[in-house]
Amino acid sequence: MLHTILFLIFAGICVAGALNFLLQRHPVNSALSLIVVMGSLALLFLLLGAEFVAAVQIIVYAGAVMVLFVFVIMLLNAGEEERTRGSRVALFLGVPGLIALFGLLCWTLSASRFQLGQVQIGGYYVPTQELGIALFREFLLPFEITSVLVLIAIMGAVVLARKERP
Amino acid sequence: MELIQYIAFAVIKIALLLFILLTAVAYIVLMERKVIARMQNRWGPNRVGPFGLLQPLADGIKFILKEDIIPDSVYKPLYIAAPMIALILSLISISIIPFGGDWYVAGYHIPLQTAAFWTGSGIQDINIGLLIILGITSLGVYGVALSGWSSNSKYSLLGSLRASAQLISYELALGLSLVGVLLLAGSLSLRQIVDSQAGSLLHWHFFGGLQFVAFFIYIMAAYAETNRIPFDLPEAETELVAGYHTEYSAMKFAMFFMAEYCNMVTVACLATLLFFGGWHSPLEGLHLPVPPIWLIISPLFWFFVKVFFFIFVYIWIRGTLPRFRYDQLMSFGWKFLLPLSIANIVVTSLVLALRS
Repeated sequence: MLHTILFLIFAGICVAGALNFLLQRHPVNSALSLIVVMGSLALLFLLLGAEFVAAVQIIVYAGAVMVLFVFVIMLLNAGEEERTRGSRVALFLGVPGLIALFGLLCWTLSASRFQLGQVQIGGYYVPTQELGIALFREFLLPFEITSVLVLIAIMGAVVLARKERP
Repeated sequence: MELIQYIAFAVIKIALLLFILLTAVAYIVLMERKVIARMQNRWGPNRVGPFGLLQPLADGIKFILKEDIIPDSVYKPLYIAAPMIALILSLISISIIPFGGDWYVAGYHIPLQTAAFWTGSGIQDINIGLLIILGITSLGVYGVALSGWSSNSKYSLLGSLRASAQLISYELALGLSLVGVLLLAGSLSLRQIVDSQAGSLLHWHFFGGLQFVAFFIYIMAAYAETNRIPFDLPEAETELVAGYHTEYSAMKFAMFFMAEYCNMVTVACLATLLFFGGWHSPLEGLHLPVPPIWLIISPLFWFFVKVFFFIFVYIWIRGTLPRFRYDQLMSFGWKFLLPLSIANIVVTSLVLALRS
């Protein structure tokens, strides 16, 4: 009961933040509503008992990635965006596509309704230790490959930003 | 425990914490002014009340009664929200800090910590307290960044750009410096980290765990995170007037001020909990004959003595050191603190692996 109420509150905030992200005309406001989406997603993870994932969601996405977004928007001093009338393609392909996607999601969820369980607050709990063990035993190869990928990205950024020495 | 009881206890604890913290912040400001004055061979505030003890009250009344000027050219929603974001985040992060063990009063289990998980049947310790504090402090940059941007003034914008860059850079060293302690304690819960240091002085992570390198990285990175001298480039008054809060007046300015001092208290509390045994007495192993009432007071006493010491160190350093140049600050963070903290992790985990 309490779980459902909390879920509805945070899911509502999440959807409202995402809509606000699209509707705002100023880039800083859009970036801020994206932070709200990240924060409420973290709280939804927390409701599922995934504490570590929730904290990492806040630290990495809300605390680091979005800070860089806001930083760049501030540096460029980007003005308000201009509204256009919208394209025909978006109207004729996008709206049916959206309805189809939404219908597919609803159908999948309602079809697998009986396999999904009910959750309660404190019912699930994933300790950080188990997450670490899973990451470094079962998923060691994907983990290492991802870290090499991140390293390549960092090196690429350094190469691009580097000034030639005279 | 019933949900209603849990909520009632939480509200009482929040009210108490707010009262104690904001009073403490006011008197830390007075202490800072007095101590700095003595270090500079002056008297400091001594006119309002005996020894100037009512000075914080006078300052508070002044902040509330002053005219709240909002300049014409600001972007109003964010200009008003920014000081609130800064203050609210600093207050949330201190609610995670445990001040002592658990109290059992009249059958109720009361942990001396404002925030606790409710699990449906009882209250539970927060398992990832440290990560929550790191997450909330990493959000703290928004208050600074948005205030500088929305003020629409070049000094504010430069100050907030400096602050954002500085906070992002030093967050890495801050987070990595804590990994050594986490390896020793084997937990992310602040209570379990403190419990792993039970015993005498030699069980503390600073002395027994040989984490002094980590401690100095932590303290330096935390000073940078709280924008204090020698890292107070975002509000360098000789270059930027007052940095990101140049355009703020009255209570909005006071909110930034309070947020900064609350963050100082959080940093001091974390240093105590992670490196200096939290509420454990340094003489714990000796079994000295003490009256029973002391056993109840002692955790709070030692905790506040240690926190007070770290706040004094903050003020001491402000009275001693000059400010960095900006390029020095960046290269210090990236080229010295970051490699050093990684080396600390490698050495600590090697020692732990060899010992087990």
